Order: sequence, then structure tokens, then C-alpha cells
Amino acid sequence: MTAPRHVDVLVVGAGPAGLAAAARLAAAGAGHVEVLEREARPGGVPRHCAHGGFGTWTHPLTGPGYARLLTEAAERAGATVRTGVTALDWAPTGPRLTAVGPGGPESVTARAIVLATGARERPRPARLVPGTRPAGVFTTGELQQAVHLFGQHIGTRAVVVGAADVSYAAADTVRAGGAEVVALVMEHPRAQTGRARAGAARLRHGVPLLTGTTVTELLGRGRLSGVRVRHRDGRTAVLPCDTVVFTGDFVPDHELARRGGLTLDPGTRGPAVAGSLHTSRPGVFAAGNVLHAVEPAGTAAREGARAAGAVLDFLAGAPWPAPGVPVTVEPPLRWIAPNRVVPAAPPVPHVLRTGVPLHRPVLYVRQDGRLLHHERPRTALPDRTLTLDPRWHGRVDPEGGAVRVSTR
Amino acid sequence: MTVTAAGPLPTTPYDVAIVGAGVVGCAIARELARRPRLRIALVEAQDDVGQGTSKANTAILHTGFDATPGTLEARLVREGYARLGAYAAETGIPVERVGALLVAWDEEQLAALPRLAEKAERNACHDTALLGPGELYAREPRLGPGALGALHIPGESIICPWTTTLAYATQAVRAGADLHLNTAVREVSPSDGHLLTTSRGTLRARHLVNAAGLHADTLDRALGHEDFTVTPRRGQLLVYDKLARPLVRHILLPVPTALGKGVLVAPTVHGNVLLGPTAEDLRDKRATGSTDDGLAALRDKGRRVLPALLEEEVTAVYAGLRAATGHEDYRITAHPGQAYVTVGGIRSTGLTASLAIAAHVTGLLADGGLDLGPLREPEPVTMPNLGEAFPRPYQRPDLIAADPEYGTLVCHCERVSRGEIRDALASTVPPRSLEGLRRRTRARAGRCQGFYCGAAVRELFERGTRP
Repeated sequence: MTAPRHVDVLVVGAGPAGLAAAARLAAAGAGHVEVLEREARPGGVPRHCAHGGFGTWTHPLTGPGYARLLTEAAERAGATVRTGVTALDWAPTGPRLTAVGPGGPESVTARAIVLATGARERPRPARLVPGTRPAGVFTTGELQQAVHLFGQHIGTRAVVVGAADVSYAAADTVRAGGAEVVALVMEHPRAQTGRARAGAARLRHGVPLLTGTTVTELLGRGRLSGVRVRHRDGRTAVLPCDTVVFTGDFVPDHELARRGGLTLDPGTRGPAVAGSLHTSRPGVFAAGNVLHAVEPAGTAAREGARAAGAVLDFLAGAPWPAPGVPVTVEPPLRWIAPNRVVPAAPPVPHVLRTGVPLHRPVLYVRQDGRLLHHERPRTALPDRTLTLDPRWHGRVDPEGGAVRVSTR
Repeated sequence: MTVTAAGPLPTTPYDVAIVGAGVVGCAIARELARRPRLRIALVEAQDDVGQGTSKANTAILHTGFDATPGTLEARLVREGYARLGAYAAETGIPVERVGALLVAWDEEQLAALPRLAEKAERNACHDTALLGPGELYAREPRLGPGALGALHIPGESIICPWTTTLAYATQAVRAGADLHLNTAVREVSPSDGHLLTTSRGTLRARHLVNAAGLHADTLDRALGHEDFTVTPRRGQLLVYDKLARPLVRHILLPVPTALGKGVLVAPTVHGNVLLGPTAEDLRDKRATGSTDDGLAALRDKGRRVLPALLEEEVTAVYAGLRAATGHEDYRITAHPGQAYVTVGGIRSTGLTASLAIAAHVTGLLADGGLDLGPLREPEPVTMPNLGEAFPRPYQRPDLIAADPEYGTLVCHCERVSRGEIRDALASTVPPRSLEGLRRRTRARAGRCQGFYCGAAVRELFERGTRP
């Protein structure tokens, strides 16, 4: 190992959050800002999202276009984006990470570190779907890279598990790869996407949507031959297919956060943070989908820029804040982010998720039995963003117990 | 150096044909390949070595402390433990001597421990020790509550089963043995030795070794023997995320019952934690699927032993079939009149015993009239290290300085470099599928199961195997 190098800010992950943080930091004169990216190209997940929905209303972009825009912005601002370099672990002392790349092992010391390691889909084994272990089993991430980055042949007939936005994107990718979508299979009673999208898939592409249905077994030796599904009412069937795509069910890629001993939030399983994005470890910030798996790329980028603001304050001498009051959710809510509140800090809206579809829900915010706030979101679907207004932050007792968010 | 996977088989007769390239068949081929005068064929129905029981087991190097004293299995496991331990050290097969704890959860089990210690003694395993709850929890602080004591067997070790089989095959092939893959034996008839009719045509051999694992009984019957029946015993296993590895230090075993050795929790040399296996007697020799009930039962057992484990993510689920025969011992039988040796009923201990079985079988072949000829030690091989207890290529500045491809990681979860994938594709026994590549490099074997790297690894594989 060579002697440690010094940079001012080290950003781990060149996805939307990391690149946006680096761009703002470099532009604001934070000194040497370096981004470590383990993939061969910067951009994160948008690199392989060959569909629209990125950028802004006035300037819409595809995923790859957005990835390029963010990369160019970071580099133009003066940040160094190093690809093919993997951050491995924390050095025993100091805000320092070990990494490896074609140049060999290295260790990098920074005045501040921003973790922007993103999120991934849970694959088939983590979902404990039984059966054989044939080829032809994908996540959306692998499928999109196979089709859009490498032009690989993926199969001929695919079942897509899930009916969220990402599932419909996966179905589009299956078709772009020259294969047929046999069905979308989801356990909830209706699609977790916009009506237009669900309708187009069903009507224009003739893709059946099997609701209230779970995949109970994968079949086939060598290559997948089918999936066994079970409807809520007990009926079972085998859908013949040679490809299955497990979509959604995102989890943060939190390995570095855990190895660094950062306090994790039990709901998101990412680093616990307040709106200012300081983690429990002084000098270490976090932004993007490692905090909330997952929100759109634009949300991650805005958060990266916000983290940059906190980093700039810290570099200018601002003290490391106290951790804040924990914010927890009760079932059927699954998680909330940010999940700490510092009553005196500028309020930042929360995003949260429900585990089941909720009809005309009400969100109640309480601390030690005291109602701080309630609001009525229009709908709440399991794979869609649900936001919570932060105007109650000022009413939180900094010495009190955890704030609880519930639907009752 | 010959490995074939398609096309006609050689017409000149071999001295010995070994049917089945699992860990046992490969070990026998390696042992016989030390005799340069012999022409050896290793015949395998599937497209890779170690595709049956050898790839899907608990990956433990057993001391044989709990074997039935006086059996052939007890002797070969004990010998094999010493041989494989030494071989692994010189070959680079990852082994960690983590030790096992046989944990007693009730008074009856506690009372059984001294008897098990005595049995270990009779199996020449002299260093076991009885531990009280204080010492047990000091050794395993995350163990679930309620354990009363344990028997500590310091010699029990964990090993990489894939590298072991591959090391044997590599050394055998480099020493001149022919490995014929995709070659399913359909019939055997006597004709100046043996005439094997296979899915790739015929093959002749003067001596025949049956190391067909789950199918050893079928081949045995084709040669006129009705000595045993293989009942596949399915073992489902869960592999937990690497972040679970600090939770456990030893192999945690239950006290065995009449029903079997029970469900264990064990670290793996790859840095994960195993929970399993189930023990289900089946009829279908291809039933290597996992089931809802099986996984639920394992998780129930695991929750008691190591509650925190259940909070971690599952990286992989697999199921293997052990070759149970209803006999409490191996079924290794020489049929000298037929120039034929059956190596059947090699159960979960086959990995440990493999080198000793190979030496034993070679002796039986010689007794049956095979002229072994002179001995020449094969060139030592050094296998790529897949173990976390030893430096991996990405951790070696010397290696990366000489070749930056070892610093370019493709599979991030398992930290597999492009250099390792390239080497595997160019190796003596190269992979013929992504699964084969996974067993040689660990690429795509991590928590994301290819979300990040799957397409990139497939690209390297397809480019590397394109003719």
C-alpha cells in the first residue's frame, strides 16, 4: 500500500447523488473533490435506463443522457471522477478509505467523505423463492445492462415479477431485447404505477397483469422452463417461460456504511440521517438512494447537492451536530427518510413508503403520545413516493422520545 | 492435456476409465495420473467437474470424530483429513481450522456429550474438550440463549469444495489423463475389458472405476451387481450475506440423533455463513430444488442457534443430494474378476476422504491386476485463491503492479477482478457455463447476484469462450 493521499472531499459513488454533490462542492471551492466509481463509467443506475423520465420538464432526458449531463457538470466544476476504482473499507484511523483499482491498492484521507453508494434490487435468493437454480433469472439492473449496454440475447419469453414503475421499465427492456413478456405478476391487487402506463402495457402490448399472485417456484434444469404462481385464492398455475425478471424490492447498498460502524436506520437499512445528511460518524455524510431505496434520480441529485451544502459548512468549521430525535414508522408503513429530526435545523420534507396500498390514508405524527401533525396524502402505493410535510419539526421536543409516524 | 466436451471419443483403449468426475472421481484420476505409464479416462455426464454432490454440500473438512469406529469410512475420513489438509496447504485450496462446537440445548443432549467425546477418542481425535456454558458463550457470544454446554472439536475445518475438485482435475489432466465431459455412460459390456457406450460414442478400458455418485447403483447393476441402492437425500442450504460472517466463529453442530447429523451453522471460506442442510429422503435423483417448507424449517432451526443470523440477507439458496445407501459405511468393493471397482455410498464425508479413497481404490485396482508401473509425482499446481483468510488478487500490490487486470474489479460484491476471470477462461479445465465460472472465481456469487456485474461477467465469458 502506498502512503495515503489527501483530498478535501471524497465522494463514494458516481451516481446522481455523488455527481451532484461533487459538482456543487467543486464549484464552491471545496478544494480537491474526488469521486470514486467502481464501474467502468460514471452515472450510476441511469446509465442503463434507456428510457425517458430524467432531467426536467423543460429539458427531458433519457437515463444515459442524464448520466452524461451530471458527469460533465461535475468534471466541468473541477471534480475528479475516477472510474474503475473500488472503495473497499475504512482505514483503522481517520476519515480514510482503502480502495483498489488498476493502479493497485491505495488509501485516501479526506476532510469529509460523502457516501453515495446507491441501492440495488433484492435478487431471487434474498426473496427466498424456492425451486431449481436455472439460468435466465434476472433483476432489472442486470437485464437493462445486458440489453442496453451489451446488446446480449436474454431469452425469448419473460415473466416480470412486480408491477411498479421499474417493472414496466423491465417489461419495455424485455421487448427491446427482442423477447416477449408473458405476464407481469404482482401480489398487490393493482398495478403500482400510473394508469396510463399500466393501460398501455395491457392494451397496446397485450401484457397480462396477474394481481394477487406470487411466484412460488422456479422450474427447469440448466435453463428456466417456467415459474409456478399462486393466486391469493389458492389457485396455482405454471407460466412457461425461459426468463424471469425480479423487479423492485430495492435495498441500500450499505456495505461501506456498515463496515464504518455508521448507525443504520432499521426501516431504510441505510445510514440514519437528519435533513442535513450528517451520519453518526463525524466527517461522513450520506446522500441518495443509500438513504431511501429508491427514489427517482432527480431526488437523489437534489439530495447530493444538499449534502454538499452541509459539507461546505463543516469544512468551514461548523460543529458536528447531535444525532437528533429518531423518527420511526409503524406498519404498514415501512420506512421514512430522513429518519432523524433536529428541531432547530431547516426543515426538509420526508419521503416514506407503505407496505400495502392504502385508500384515503391519513398520516399521524406523534411524539410521546402527543399529536404533532396529521395530513391526508391522495394515495399511498407500495412502490411509489409518499411525502410528509416537515412543518411540525419545530414542535418536536429535542429531549423527548422517538417521533412515530403511523396511519392510525 | 486433454479436456473434451464434444465430438467422438478416442478409439484406443484406456487402461482405466473412471465414471464420474465428482470430487471422488477426480481424486482417483489424480492418484492414477501419478503413474505415467497408465492411460486414464475420466468420464463425466455433465459439462463440468464436480457438478453433483461435490458442488452442493456443507464444505467441511471433517476430523471423523463422530464416525462409527472400525468402519472403512472412519479410517478413510481420518486419513483423508490429514492428506487433504496437507494437499490444500501446498495447492492453495482455502482451508480454515475454525473448530466445531457440538452444542447441547437440553439435559439429554448434555448427557450425550461425554459419550461423543469418548467416540472421538476411539476415532483418534484426541483434542476434544467439554465446555460449560460460560466458556461456550465466551467462544460464541452471539449463540442463542439456553445452551447448556458443548463439545469442542478444534480440528474441524472449513474448505472450498469447488477448488478441491478442480485442483484434482487440473493436476490429473496436466499429468496426462483425458477428461471427457458431456459423456453420459448408457451401457457397459465386457469385451476385452470394458466397452462403454456413451452419449458421445464408445470408449474402451481395461479397468473400470465406478465413481458415479448418485448413479453408482445404476452403473453397478449394469455390471451385474445388486449390492446397494442409492436413495438421494436432499440437503437444502441457505448462504447468508458476508456481513453475517462476524456473527459466528466455529462450526456450530447440533447433537446428532438417529435421524442424522442435523442442521448446522457454519462459516464458509468464502466469508459467508451457511445454514443447513435439511435431510429429505427422495426418489428423484434430479430433485435439486429448494422448497418453501425446507427453507422455513432451516430458518426456524437457525433462529434458535444464532438469532442475529436471521436478520441478515440471504445471498444464495441451494440444494444438494447425498448418496445415501441405507448402509452405515461406504460401499467400496473390488470385483477383480471383472477388473472393476465400485466406489459407492460416498456420503457427506466424501470431500474429506477423497484423497484416501483414491489411494485405497488404486490399491484395489493393483490387487485386481492393474500394473501401475513407475511412480512420478505430478507437477504441483497452485489454484486461484477464493478464500477470505488468504490474500485475494485485489489485495496483492505485487500482482496488480505486474498486471493491472487484477486491480480491475468486475464482480464488486465478491471482489473478483477481470484478471481472475480471464485466467479461469484460459485454465486447464475451463468453465463451460457462467455457473462454472462462478465456482472458479466467485464472480456473480455475491449478494447482488448479478444486479451490478451480471451482464459484464457474461460479456467476458462469451467473449472468452467464443471460438
